[in-house]
Amino acid sequence: MKETSYQRRHIIDVAVRGACFAATLLALVPLVSVLYYVTVRGIGGISLDFLTQLPKPVGEKGGGMANAIVGTLELVGLACLFGIPPGVLAGVYLAEFGNTRFGKFVRFSADVMSGIPSITVGLFVFALVVMSTKRFSAYAGGFALAVLMLPTVTRATEELLKLVPESLREAGLGLGVPQWRVTLRVMLRTAAPGIATGIMLAVARVAGETAPLLFTAFSNRFWPSSLNEPTPSIPVQIFTYAVSPYEDWHEQAWAGALVLVTLVLLLNISARLLVRHRVRAR
Amino acid sequence: MNSGLVPIGRTPKGAKKPGVQDEPAKEVPSKPGWDEVSVSKLDLKMRTENLDAYFGPTRVLKAITLGVALKQVTAVIGPSGCGKSTFVRCLNRMHEVVPGAHAKGLVLLDDVDIYARGVDPVNVRRRVGMVFQKPNPFPTMSIRDNVLAGLRLNGIRPDDPEAHLEKALKQVALWDEVKDNLGKAGTSLSGGQQQRLCIARALALEPEVLLMDEPCSALDPIATARVEELIHELRENYTIVIVTHNMQQAARVADLTAFFYMGELVEYNRTDVIFTRPKERRTEDYITGRFG
Repeated sequence: MKETSYQRRHIIDVAVRGACFAATLLALVPLVSVLYYVTVRGIGGISLDFLTQLPKPVGEKGGGMANAIVGTLELVGLACLFGIPPGVLAGVYLAEFGNTRFGKFVRFSADVMSGIPSITVGLFVFALVVMSTKRFSAYAGGFALAVLMLPTVTRATEELLKLVPESLREAGLGLGVPQWRVTLRVMLRTAAPGIATGIMLAVARVAGETAPLLFTAFSNRFWPSSLNEPTPSIPVQIFTYAVSPYEDWHEQAWAGALVLVTLVLLLNISARLLVRHRVRAR
Repeated sequence: MNSGLVPIGRTPKGAKKPGVQDEPAKEVPSKPGWDEVSVSKLDLKMRTENLDAYFGPTRVLKAITLGVALKQVTAVIGPSGCGKSTFVRCLNRMHEVVPGAHAKGLVLLDDVDIYARGVDPVNVRRRVGMVFQKPNPFPTMSIRDNVLAGLRLNGIRPDDPEAHLEKALKQVALWDEVKDNLGKAGTSLSGGQQQRLCIARALALEPEVLLMDEPCSALDPIATARVEELIHELRENYTIVIVTHNMQQAARVADLTAFFYMGELVEYNRTDVIFTRPKERRTEDYITGRFG
Protein backbone atom coordinates (compact mmCIF):
# COMPACT_ATOMS: atom_id res chain seq x y z
CA MET A 1 0.00 0.00 0.00
CA LYS A 2 1.49 3.30 -1.08
CA GLU A 3 1.50 6.25 1.22
CA THR A 4 -0.15 8.50 -1.33
CA SER A 5 -3.21 6.32 -1.48
CA TYR A 6 -3.51 6.47 2.29
CA GLN A 7 -3.40 10.26 2.14
CA ARG A 8 -6.02 10.28 -0.58
CA ARG A 9 -8.31 8.12 1.47
CA HIS A 10 -7.71 10.34 4.45
CA ILE A 11 -8.75 13.43 2.47
CA ILE A 12 -11.87 11.71 1.14
CA ASP A 13 -12.68 10.55 4.66
CA VAL A 14 -12.48 14.06 6.07
CA ALA A 15 -14.49 15.51 3.19
CA VAL A 16 -17.30 12.95 3.40
CA ARG A 17 -17.42 13.13 7.15
CA GLY A 18 -17.65 16.92 6.92
CA ALA A 19 -20.47 16.65 4.37
CA CYS A 20 -22.43 14.30 6.66
CA PHE A 21 -21.92 16.65 9.56
CA ALA A 22 -23.09 19.64 7.53
CA ALA A 23 -26.18 17.75 6.37
CA THR A 24 -26.98 16.87 9.97
CA LEU A 25 -26.70 20.52 10.97
CA LEU A 26 -28.98 21.46 8.09
CA ALA A 27 -31.55 18.92 9.25
CA LEU A 28 -31.42 20.38 12.73
CA VAL A 29 -32.11 23.92 11.48
CA PRO A 30 -35.91 23.53 11.22
CA LEU A 31 -36.20 21.83 14.61
CA VAL A 32 -34.05 24.36 16.42
CA SER A 33 -35.60 27.35 14.69
CA VAL A 34 -39.15 26.14 15.37
CA LEU A 35 -38.32 25.61 19.02
CA TYR A 36 -36.51 28.94 19.22
CA TYR A 37 -39.22 30.91 17.46
CA VAL A 38 -42.08 29.32 19.38
CA THR A 39 -40.29 29.95 22.64
CA VAL A 40 -39.35 33.55 21.89
CA ARG A 41 -42.77 34.50 20.53
CA GLY A 42 -44.76 32.42 22.97
CA ILE A 43 -43.04 32.96 26.28
CA GLY A 44 -44.43 36.49 26.61
CA GLY A 45 -48.00 35.21 26.47
CA ILE A 46 -47.53 32.55 29.11
CA SER A 47 -48.90 33.57 32.47
CA LEU A 48 -50.95 32.05 35.23
CA ASP A 49 -54.02 33.64 33.65
CA PHE A 50 -53.23 32.08 30.29
CA LEU A 51 -53.12 28.62 31.86
CA THR A 52 -56.15 29.03 34.14
CA GLN A 53 -58.57 31.49 32.49
CA LEU A 54 -61.18 31.16 29.79
CA PRO A 55 -60.80 33.20 26.60
CA LYS A 56 -62.09 36.73 26.86
CA PRO A 57 -64.55 38.08 24.28
CA VAL A 58 -63.10 39.80 21.24
CA GLY A 59 -61.67 43.18 22.10
CA GLU A 60 -61.08 42.52 25.77
CA LYS A 61 -57.48 42.03 26.82
CA GLY A 62 -56.25 39.04 28.79
CA GLY A 63 -57.95 35.74 29.20
CA GLY A 64 -56.39 32.37 28.55
CA MET A 65 -56.65 28.95 26.98
CA ALA A 66 -57.45 26.84 30.02
CA ASN A 67 -60.51 25.37 28.33
CA ALA A 68 -58.43 24.26 25.35
CA ILE A 69 -55.80 22.69 27.59
CA VAL A 70 -58.49 20.72 29.43
CA GLY A 71 -60.15 19.90 26.11
CA THR A 72 -56.93 18.56 24.64
CA LEU A 73 -56.41 16.36 27.70
CA GLU A 74 -59.98 15.07 27.34
CA LEU A 75 -59.56 14.36 23.63
CA VAL A 76 -56.22 12.63 24.10
CA GLY A 77 -57.68 10.63 27.00
CA LEU A 78 -60.59 9.48 24.87
CA ALA A 79 -58.23 8.70 22.00
CA CYS A 80 -56.20 6.44 24.32
CA LEU A 81 -59.38 4.78 25.54
CA PHE A 82 -60.61 4.11 22.00
CA GLY A 83 -57.28 3.53 20.32
CA ILE A 84 -54.95 1.62 22.66
CA PRO A 85 -56.99 -1.52 23.47
CA PRO A 86 -57.84 -2.42 19.85
CA GLY A 87 -54.36 -1.37 18.74
CA VAL A 88 -52.59 -3.58 21.27
CA LEU A 89 -54.94 -6.50 20.63
CA ALA A 90 -54.49 -6.21 16.87
CA GLY A 91 -50.72 -6.13 17.44
CA VAL A 92 -50.96 -9.29 19.54
CA TYR A 93 -52.99 -10.92 16.79
CA LEU A 94 -50.41 -10.01 14.15
CA ALA A 95 -47.50 -11.20 16.28
CA GLU A 96 -49.12 -14.46 17.37
CA PHE A 97 -51.26 -15.49 14.40
CA GLY A 98 -50.28 -12.99 11.73
CA ASN A 99 -48.50 -15.40 9.42
CA THR A 100 -51.58 -15.89 7.28
CA ARG A 101 -52.84 -14.08 4.21
CA PHE A 102 -55.30 -12.23 6.40
CA GLY A 103 -52.50 -11.24 8.77
CA LYS A 104 -50.45 -9.90 5.88
CA PHE A 105 -53.47 -7.97 4.66
CA VAL A 106 -54.00 -6.43 8.11
CA ARG A 107 -50.33 -5.52 8.36
CA PHE A 108 -50.38 -3.92 4.93
CA SER A 109 -53.57 -2.02 5.78
CA ALA A 110 -52.03 -0.70 8.97
CA ASP A 111 -49.00 0.54 7.06
CA VAL A 112 -51.19 2.24 4.46
CA MET A 113 -53.38 3.69 7.19
CA SER A 114 -50.45 5.31 8.96
CA GLY A 115 -49.78 7.26 5.78
CA ILE A 116 -53.32 8.59 5.34
CA PRO A 117 -53.53 12.39 5.67
CA SER A 118 -55.09 13.27 8.98
CA ILE A 119 -57.72 15.52 7.42
CA THR A 120 -59.08 12.47 5.59
CA VAL A 121 -59.51 10.75 8.93
CA GLY A 122 -61.35 13.85 10.14
CA LEU A 123 -63.70 13.68 7.16
CA PHE A 124 -64.25 9.97 7.71
CA VAL A 125 -65.19 10.51 11.36
CA PHE A 126 -67.32 13.51 10.40
CA ALA A 127 -69.33 11.32 8.03
CA LEU A 128 -69.45 8.39 10.42
CA VAL A 129 -69.97 9.96 13.84
CA VAL A 130 -70.84 13.65 13.50
CA MET A 131 -73.40 13.13 10.76
CA SER A 132 -75.12 10.29 12.56
CA THR A 133 -75.13 11.91 16.02
CA LYS A 134 -75.80 15.31 14.47
CA ARG A 135 -73.32 17.07 16.72
CA PHE A 136 -69.68 17.86 17.21
CA SER A 137 -68.39 16.19 20.33
CA ALA A 138 -65.33 15.14 22.28
CA TYR A 139 -66.29 11.57 21.43
CA ALA A 140 -66.02 12.29 17.72
CA GLY A 141 -62.70 14.11 18.19
CA GLY A 142 -61.30 11.39 20.43
CA PHE A 143 -62.41 8.78 17.92
CA ALA A 144 -60.67 10.60 15.08
CA LEU A 145 -57.43 10.77 17.07
CA ALA A 146 -57.83 7.09 18.00
CA VAL A 147 -58.06 6.15 14.32
CA LEU A 148 -54.83 8.02 13.74
CA MET A 149 -53.14 6.24 16.66
CA LEU A 150 -54.35 2.79 15.75
CA PRO A 151 -51.81 1.77 13.07
CA THR A 152 -48.87 3.08 15.08
CA VAL A 153 -49.94 1.26 18.23
CA THR A 154 -50.68 -1.95 16.31
CA ARG A 155 -47.37 -2.08 14.51
CA ALA A 156 -45.39 -1.05 17.59
CA THR A 157 -47.03 -3.82 19.62
CA GLU A 158 -46.41 -6.37 16.89
CA GLU A 159 -42.78 -5.46 16.33
CA LEU A 160 -41.98 -5.40 20.04
CA LEU A 161 -43.70 -8.71 20.69
CA LYS A 162 -41.66 -10.23 17.89
CA LEU A 163 -38.50 -9.08 19.65
CA VAL A 164 -39.33 -11.20 22.70
CA PRO A 165 -37.28 -14.40 22.34
CA GLU A 166 -39.26 -17.44 21.32
CA SER A 167 -37.48 -19.35 24.10
CA LEU A 168 -39.56 -17.45 26.67
CA ARG A 169 -42.77 -18.56 25.02
CA GLU A 170 -41.51 -22.14 25.11
CA ALA A 171 -40.51 -21.74 28.75
CA GLY A 172 -44.05 -20.66 29.58
CA LEU A 173 -45.75 -23.35 27.49
CA GLY A 174 -43.34 -25.95 28.88
CA LEU A 175 -44.60 -25.11 32.37
CA GLY A 176 -48.08 -26.08 31.30
CA VAL A 177 -49.30 -22.52 31.05
CA PRO A 178 -52.14 -21.98 28.56
CA GLN A 179 -51.22 -19.97 25.47
CA TRP A 180 -53.33 -16.94 26.35
CA ARG A 181 -51.64 -16.65 29.70
CA VAL A 182 -48.20 -17.02 28.16
CA THR A 183 -49.05 -14.26 25.68
CA LEU A 184 -50.38 -11.99 28.40
CA ARG A 185 -48.07 -12.65 31.32
CA VAL A 186 -44.85 -13.54 29.57
CA MET A 187 -44.78 -12.11 26.05
CA LEU A 188 -46.72 -8.87 26.59
CA ARG A 189 -45.18 -8.41 30.00
CA THR A 190 -41.67 -8.67 28.60
CA ALA A 191 -42.44 -6.33 25.72
CA ALA A 192 -44.40 -3.89 27.90
CA PRO A 193 -41.81 -1.10 28.30
CA GLY A 194 -41.24 -0.95 24.56
CA ILE A 195 -44.95 -1.05 23.80
CA ALA A 196 -45.54 1.73 26.32
CA THR A 197 -42.94 3.82 24.52
CA GLY A 198 -44.58 3.18 21.17
CA ILE A 199 -47.94 4.19 22.61
CA MET A 200 -46.55 7.38 24.12
CA LEU A 201 -44.98 8.36 20.82
CA ALA A 202 -48.32 7.75 19.11
CA VAL A 203 -50.07 9.87 21.75
CA ALA A 204 -47.52 12.65 21.34
CA ARG A 205 -48.14 12.61 17.62
CA VAL A 206 -51.93 12.89 17.81
CA ALA A 207 -51.89 15.43 20.63
CA GLY A 208 -50.77 18.07 18.15
CA GLU A 209 -53.23 17.15 15.39
CA THR A 210 -55.49 19.95 14.19
CA ALA A 211 -57.07 18.79 10.96
CA PRO A 212 -59.05 15.81 12.28
CA LEU A 213 -60.47 17.93 15.10
CA LEU A 214 -61.71 20.83 12.98
CA PHE A 215 -64.97 19.15 12.09
CA THR A 216 -65.21 16.47 14.76
CA ALA A 217 -64.54 18.02 18.15
CA PHE A 218 -64.93 21.50 16.63
CA SER A 219 -64.22 24.06 19.35
CA ASN A 220 -65.83 26.43 21.78
CA ARG A 221 -64.83 29.28 24.03
CA PHE A 222 -66.10 27.84 27.31
CA TRP A 223 -65.26 25.01 29.63
CA PRO A 224 -66.10 21.69 28.01
CA SER A 225 -69.02 20.65 30.20
CA SER A 226 -69.81 17.32 28.58
CA LEU A 227 -68.04 14.89 26.32
CA ASN A 228 -71.05 15.08 24.06
CA GLU A 229 -70.47 18.74 23.16
CA PRO A 230 -68.13 20.67 20.92
CA THR A 231 -64.81 20.58 22.72
CA PRO A 232 -61.95 23.05 22.43
CA SER A 233 -58.40 21.91 21.89
CA ILE A 234 -55.06 23.68 21.84
CA PRO A 235 -54.30 23.03 18.15
CA VAL A 236 -57.70 24.23 16.94
CA GLN A 237 -57.53 27.24 19.25
CA ILE A 238 -54.11 28.09 17.83
CA PHE A 239 -55.50 27.82 14.33
CA THR A 240 -58.49 30.05 15.14
CA TYR A 241 -56.35 32.67 16.81
CA ALA A 242 -53.61 32.61 14.23
CA VAL A 243 -55.96 33.32 11.32
CA SER A 244 -57.77 36.05 13.26
CA PRO A 245 -57.00 39.76 12.60
CA TYR A 246 -56.35 40.61 16.27
CA GLU A 247 -52.84 41.24 17.52
CA ASP A 248 -53.44 39.93 21.07
CA TRP A 249 -54.92 36.72 19.70
CA HIS A 250 -51.79 36.23 17.64
CA GLU A 251 -49.77 36.47 20.81
CA GLN A 252 -52.04 33.94 22.48
CA ALA A 253 -51.66 31.61 19.51
CA TRP A 254 -47.90 31.67 19.99
CA ALA A 255 -48.29 30.99 23.69
CA GLY A 256 -50.65 28.09 22.90
CA ALA A 257 -48.10 26.72 20.47
CA LEU A 258 -45.46 26.85 23.17
CA VAL A 259 -47.73 24.95 25.59
CA LEU A 260 -48.45 22.32 22.94
CA VAL A 261 -44.80 21.87 21.96
CA THR A 262 -43.88 21.55 25.62
CA LEU A 263 -46.57 18.90 26.16
CA VAL A 264 -45.44 16.87 23.16
CA LEU A 265 -41.77 17.21 24.05
CA LEU A 266 -42.47 16.08 27.60
CA LEU A 267 -44.30 13.01 26.30
CA ASN A 268 -41.47 12.21 23.91
CA ILE A 269 -38.76 12.68 26.47
CA SER A 270 -40.53 10.63 29.14
CA ALA A 271 -41.07 7.84 26.60
CA ARG A 272 -37.36 7.80 25.89
CA LEU A 273 -36.42 7.96 29.54
CA LEU A 274 -38.70 5.00 30.19
CA VAL A 275 -36.80 2.92 27.65
CA ARG A 276 -33.41 4.00 28.88
CA HIS A 277 -34.37 3.22 32.45
CA ARG A 278 -35.55 -0.26 31.47
CA VAL A 279 -32.50 -1.00 29.42
CA ARG A 280 -30.25 -0.06 32.31
CA ALA A 281 -32.24 -2.20 34.70
CA ARG A 282 -31.49 -5.31 32.61
CA MET B 1 -41.60 -59.32 24.93
CA ASN B 2 -42.03 -55.97 23.22
CA SER B 3 -42.19 -54.84 19.66
CA GLY B 4 -39.49 -52.94 17.93
CA LEU B 5 -35.85 -52.95 18.54
CA VAL B 6 -36.22 -52.40 22.18
CA PRO B 7 -36.82 -55.42 24.27
CA ILE B 8 -37.31 -53.54 27.47
CA GLY B 9 -39.92 -52.68 29.94
CA ARG B 10 -43.10 -54.09 31.24
CA THR B 11 -46.21 -52.09 31.83
CA PRO B 12 -47.09 -51.62 35.48
CA LYS B 13 -49.50 -54.08 36.97
CA GLY B 14 -53.15 -53.73 36.10
CA ALA B 15 -52.47 -51.52 33.14
CA LYS B 16 -53.95 -52.36 29.79
CA LYS B 17 -51.32 -53.18 27.30
CA PRO B 18 -51.53 -51.41 23.96
CA GLY B 19 -52.45 -53.58 21.03
CA VAL B 20 -49.15 -53.26 19.31
CA GLN B 21 -47.57 -55.34 22.00
CA ASP B 22 -49.59 -58.38 20.98
CA GLU B 23 -47.77 -58.58 17.69
CA PRO B 24 -44.92 -61.03 17.60
CA ALA B 25 -41.77 -59.39 18.82
CA LYS B 26 -38.91 -59.05 16.41
CA GLU B 27 -36.20 -61.49 16.98
CA VAL B 28 -33.39 -59.98 18.92
CA PRO B 29 -30.06 -61.36 17.93
CA SER B 30 -28.41 -62.40 21.08
CA LYS B 31 -24.97 -61.09 21.63
CA PRO B 32 -22.74 -61.56 24.56
CA GLY B 33 -23.83 -59.19 27.29
CA TRP B 34 -27.27 -58.57 25.88
CA ASP B 35 -29.02 -58.27 29.19
CA GLU B 36 -32.64 -58.37 28.31
CA VAL B 37 -33.86 -59.60 31.62
CA SER B 38 -32.48 -56.93 33.86
CA VAL B 39 -33.66 -54.10 31.61
CA SER B 40 -37.13 -55.47 31.12
CA LYS B 41 -37.63 -55.62 34.84
CA LEU B 42 -38.11 -51.88 34.84
CA ASP B 43 -41.51 -50.27 35.19
CA LEU B 44 -42.42 -47.88 32.42
CA LYS B 45 -43.53 -44.34 33.04
CA MET B 46 -43.96 -43.44 29.40
CA ARG B 47 -43.79 -45.23 26.12
CA THR B 48 -44.18 -44.38 22.50
CA GLU B 49 -45.60 -46.67 19.86
CA ASN B 50 -44.79 -46.03 16.21
CA LEU B 51 -44.35 -42.35 16.85
CA ASP B 52 -43.91 -40.27 13.70
CA ALA B 53 -43.17 -36.57 13.86
CA TYR B 54 -43.36 -34.07 11.03
CA PHE B 55 -42.34 -30.52 10.29
CA GLY B 56 -44.81 -29.67 7.56
CA PRO B 57 -44.45 -32.52 5.06
CA THR B 58 -41.01 -33.57 6.30
CA ARG B 59 -40.99 -36.66 8.44
CA VAL B 60 -38.33 -36.27 11.08
CA LEU B 61 -39.15 -39.22 13.35
CA LYS B 62 -39.84 -42.63 11.92
CA ALA B 63 -41.95 -45.07 13.89
CA ILE B 64 -40.24 -44.66 17.22
CA THR B 65 -41.19 -47.28 19.77
CA LEU B 66 -39.46 -46.71 23.05
CA GLY B 67 -40.21 -47.11 26.74
CA VAL B 68 -39.17 -44.54 29.31
CA ALA B 69 -38.46 -46.32 32.57
CA LEU B 70 -39.83 -45.01 35.84
CA LYS B 71 -37.32 -43.17 38.00
CA GLN B 72 -34.47 -43.83 35.65
CA VAL B 73 -32.42 -41.47 33.58
CA THR B 74 -32.83 -42.12 29.90
CA ALA B 75 -30.36 -40.43 27.58
CA VAL B 76 -31.11 -39.79 23.94
CA ILE B 77 -27.96 -39.48 21.86
CA GLY B 78 -27.24 -39.08 18.19
CA PRO B 79 -25.77 -36.67 15.67
CA SER B 80 -27.30 -33.25 15.05
CA GLY B 81 -30.56 -33.38 13.17
CA CYS B 82 -31.26 -37.00 14.07
CA GLY B 83 -34.56 -36.09 15.72
CA LYS B 84 -33.57 -36.49 19.35
CA SER B 85 -34.86 -33.07 20.39
CA THR B 86 -38.03 -33.57 18.40
CA PHE B 87 -38.51 -36.88 20.14
CA VAL B 88 -38.47 -35.44 23.65
CA ARG B 89 -40.62 -32.53 22.54
CA CYS B 90 -43.21 -35.07 21.45
CA LEU B 91 -43.25 -36.47 24.99
CA ASN B 92 -44.92 -33.35 26.39
CA ARG B 93 -46.58 -32.08 23.24
CA MET B 94 -44.17 -29.21 22.81
CA HIS B 95 -43.43 -30.40 19.27
CA GLU B 96 -46.75 -29.07 17.97
CA VAL B 97 -45.95 -25.57 19.27
CA VAL B 98 -43.78 -25.05 16.19
CA PRO B 99 -46.02 -23.87 13.32
CA GLY B 100 -46.72 -26.69 10.90
CA ALA B 101 -45.38 -29.40 13.18
CA HIS B 102 -47.42 -32.44 14.14
CA ALA B 103 -47.00 -35.98 15.40
CA LYS B 104 -48.68 -39.32 14.73
CA GLY B 105 -48.67 -42.47 16.76
CA LEU B 106 -49.07 -43.24 20.41
CA VAL B 107 -47.36 -41.54 23.31
CA LEU B 108 -48.48 -43.11 26.55
CA LEU B 109 -48.06 -41.49 29.92
CA ASP B 110 -49.09 -43.99 32.59
CA ASP B 111 -50.78 -45.87 29.73
CA VAL B 112 -52.94 -42.94 28.68
CA ASP B 113 -52.35 -41.61 25.18
CA ILE B 114 -51.42 -37.95 25.51
CA TYR B 115 -52.29 -37.38 21.86
CA ALA B 116 -55.80 -38.76 22.27
CA ARG B 117 -58.72 -36.48 21.53
CA GLY B 118 -59.79 -34.43 24.50
CA VAL B 119 -56.40 -34.50 26.17
CA ASP B 120 -55.37 -30.95 27.00
CA PRO B 121 -51.67 -30.41 26.17
CA VAL B 122 -51.55 -27.96 29.05
CA ASN B 123 -52.23 -30.77 31.53
CA VAL B 124 -49.65 -32.99 29.87
CA ARG B 125 -47.00 -30.29 30.19
CA ARG B 126 -47.73 -29.82 33.87
CA ARG B 127 -47.00 -33.50 34.45
CA VAL B 128 -44.08 -33.67 32.04
CA GLY B 129 -41.79 -30.73 32.71
CA MET B 130 -39.11 -29.45 30.40
CA VAL B 131 -35.70 -27.82 30.63
CA PHE B 132 -34.37 -26.22 27.48
CA GLN B 133 -31.02 -25.99 25.78
CA LYS B 134 -30.44 -22.36 26.62
CA PRO B 135 -31.30 -21.13 30.09
CA ASN B 136 -34.48 -19.09 29.64
CA PRO B 137 -35.48 -17.46 32.93
CA PHE B 138 -38.21 -14.86 32.55
CA PRO B 139 -36.35 -11.54 32.31
CA THR B 140 -39.11 -9.51 33.94
CA MET B 141 -39.16 -11.70 37.04
CA SER B 142 -36.99 -11.97 40.13
CA ILE B 143 -35.35 -15.23 41.14
CA ARG B 144 -38.25 -15.88 43.50
CA ASP B 145 -40.89 -15.17 40.88
CA ASN B 146 -39.09 -17.29 38.32
CA VAL B 147 -39.19 -20.34 40.58
CA LEU B 148 -42.83 -19.76 41.41
CA ALA B 149 -43.76 -18.77 37.84
CA GLY B 150 -45.14 -22.19 36.96
CA LEU B 151 -47.47 -22.08 39.92
CA ARG B 152 -48.47 -18.45 39.58
CA LEU B 153 -49.02 -18.48 35.84
CA ASN B 154 -51.19 -21.53 36.29
CA GLY B 155 -53.27 -19.73 38.88
CA ILE B 156 -52.10 -22.01 41.69
CA ARG B 157 -51.69 -20.18 44.98
CA PRO B 158 -49.72 -22.38 47.33
CA ASP B 159 -50.38 -21.91 51.06
CA ASP B 160 -46.72 -21.49 51.73
CA PRO B 161 -44.94 -20.18 48.63
CA GLU B 162 -41.71 -19.64 50.58
CA ALA B 163 -41.55 -23.36 51.37
CA HIS B 164 -42.07 -24.22 47.70
CA LEU B 165 -39.39 -21.74 46.77
CA GLU B 166 -36.87 -23.07 49.24
CA LYS B 167 -37.56 -26.68 48.39
CA ALA B 168 -37.19 -26.15 44.65
CA LEU B 169 -34.01 -24.10 45.01
CA LYS B 170 -32.53 -26.64 47.44
CA GLN B 171 -33.30 -29.45 45.03
CA VAL B 172 -31.12 -27.75 42.44
CA ALA B 173 -28.48 -26.76 45.04
CA LEU B 174 -28.99 -23.09 44.28
CA TRP B 175 -30.49 -22.08 47.61
CA ASP B 176 -27.23 -21.22 49.36
CA GLU B 177 -26.05 -19.17 46.42
CA VAL B 178 -29.16 -17.04 46.03
CA LYS B 179 -31.04 -17.08 49.32
CA ASP B 180 -30.00 -13.50 50.14
CA ASN B 181 -30.79 -12.19 46.66
CA LEU B 182 -34.17 -13.73 45.89
CA GLY B 183 -35.45 -10.34 44.71
CA LYS B 184 -32.75 -9.93 42.08
CA ALA B 185 -33.55 -10.49 38.42
CA GLY B 186 -33.29 -14.13 37.34
CA THR B 187 -31.23 -12.99 34.38
CA SER B 188 -28.59 -11.50 36.70
CA LEU B 189 -27.30 -14.99 37.55
CA SER B 190 -24.49 -16.78 35.71
CA GLY B 191 -25.37 -19.17 32.90
CA GLY B 192 -25.03 -22.29 35.06
CA GLN B 193 -27.05 -20.73 37.85
CA GLN B 194 -29.71 -19.66 35.35
CA GLN B 195 -30.00 -23.21 34.07
CA ARG B 196 -30.38 -24.55 37.60
CA LEU B 197 -32.96 -21.84 38.20
CA CYS B 198 -34.86 -23.09 35.16
CA ILE B 199 -34.67 -26.64 36.50
CA ALA B 200 -36.00 -25.38 39.85
CA ARG B 201 -38.79 -23.60 37.99
CA ALA B 202 -39.76 -26.88 36.31
CA LEU B 203 -39.48 -28.84 39.57
CA ALA B 204 -41.64 -26.38 41.51
CA LEU B 205 -44.64 -27.74 39.61
CA GLU B 206 -43.71 -31.21 40.87
CA PRO B 207 -43.82 -32.90 37.49
CA GLU B 208 -43.68 -36.66 37.19
CA VAL B 209 -41.27 -36.64 34.26
CA LEU B 210 -38.52 -34.15 33.54
CA LEU B 211 -37.38 -33.70 29.96
CA MET B 212 -34.01 -32.04 29.45
CA ASP B 213 -33.11 -30.92 25.97
CA GLU B 214 -29.32 -30.58 25.92
CA PRO B 215 -29.39 -28.78 29.25
CA CYS B 216 -25.63 -28.37 29.44
CA SER B 217 -24.75 -27.36 25.91
CA ALA B 218 -24.59 -23.67 26.85
CA LEU B 219 -22.68 -24.29 30.08
CA ASP B 220 -19.01 -24.48 30.99
CA PRO B 221 -17.55 -27.74 32.36
CA ILE B 222 -17.95 -26.75 36.02
CA ALA B 223 -21.58 -25.75 35.60
CA THR B 224 -22.10 -28.92 33.56
CA ALA B 225 -20.73 -31.01 36.42
CA ARG B 226 -23.16 -29.33 38.81
CA VAL B 227 -26.13 -30.08 36.58
CA GLU B 228 -25.00 -33.68 36.15
CA GLU B 229 -24.70 -34.10 39.92
CA LEU B 230 -28.16 -32.69 40.14
CA ILE B 231 -29.53 -35.21 37.66
CA HIS B 232 -28.05 -37.97 39.81
CA GLU B 233 -29.96 -36.67 42.82
CA LEU B 234 -33.18 -36.05 40.95
CA ARG B 235 -33.40 -39.60 39.66
CA GLU B 236 -34.46 -40.65 43.17
CA ASN B 237 -37.79 -38.94 42.63
CA TYR B 238 -38.21 -38.19 38.97
CA THR B 239 -38.25 -39.93 35.65
CA ILE B 240 -35.75 -38.09 33.50
CA VAL B 241 -35.16 -38.03 29.78
CA ILE B 242 -32.08 -36.13 28.73
CA VAL B 243 -31.04 -35.27 25.20
CA THR B 244 -27.34 -34.84 24.81
CA HIS B 245 -24.83 -34.81 22.00
CA ASN B 246 -22.12 -35.38 24.52
CA MET B 247 -21.59 -39.11 24.78
CA GLN B 248 -19.48 -38.88 27.91
CA GLN B 249 -22.37 -37.11 29.54
CA ALA B 250 -24.78 -39.86 28.58
CA ALA B 251 -22.34 -42.42 29.95
CA ARG B 252 -22.03 -40.47 33.19
CA VAL B 253 -25.65 -39.71 33.97
CA ALA B 254 -27.90 -42.17 32.20
CA ASP B 255 -29.18 -45.58 33.21
CA LEU B 256 -30.49 -46.21 29.75
CA THR B 257 -29.39 -44.81 26.43
CA ALA B 258 -31.18 -44.56 23.12
CA PHE B 259 -29.24 -43.92 19.95
CA PHE B 260 -31.10 -42.04 17.24
CA TYR B 261 -29.92 -41.73 13.68
CA MET B 262 -31.71 -40.03 10.78
CA GLY B 263 -35.01 -40.02 12.61
CA GLU B 264 -34.85 -43.67 13.55
CA LEU B 265 -34.26 -45.34 16.86
CA VAL B 266 -31.25 -47.47 16.11
CA GLU B 267 -30.61 -49.00 19.47
CA TYR B 268 -31.85 -48.70 23.01
CA ASN B 269 -30.39 -50.48 25.98
CA ARG B 270 -28.71 -50.10 29.30
CA THR B 271 -26.09 -47.38 29.05
CA ASP B 272 -23.21 -49.70 29.85
CA VAL B 273 -24.32 -52.09 27.17
CA ILE B 274 -24.68 -49.34 24.56
CA PHE B 275 -21.23 -48.03 25.28
CA THR B 276 -19.39 -51.29 25.68
CA ARG B 277 -21.17 -53.85 23.56
CA PRO B 278 -23.41 -52.06 21.06
CA LYS B 279 -25.41 -54.41 18.95
CA GLU B 280 -25.71 -52.22 15.90
CA ARG B 281 -22.89 -51.24 13.60
CA ARG B 282 -24.17 -47.63 13.37
CA THR B 283 -24.16 -47.27 17.15
CA GLU B 284 -20.66 -48.51 17.36
CA ASP B 285 -19.51 -46.17 14.60
CA TYR B 286 -21.11 -43.22 16.35
CA ILE B 287 -19.84 -43.88 19.84
CA THR B 288 -16.37 -44.56 18.58
CA GLY B 289 -16.45 -41.24 16.75
CA ARG B 290 -16.40 -42.58 13.23
CA PHE B 291 -19.21 -40.20 12.23
CA GLY B 292 -21.49 -37.58 13.70
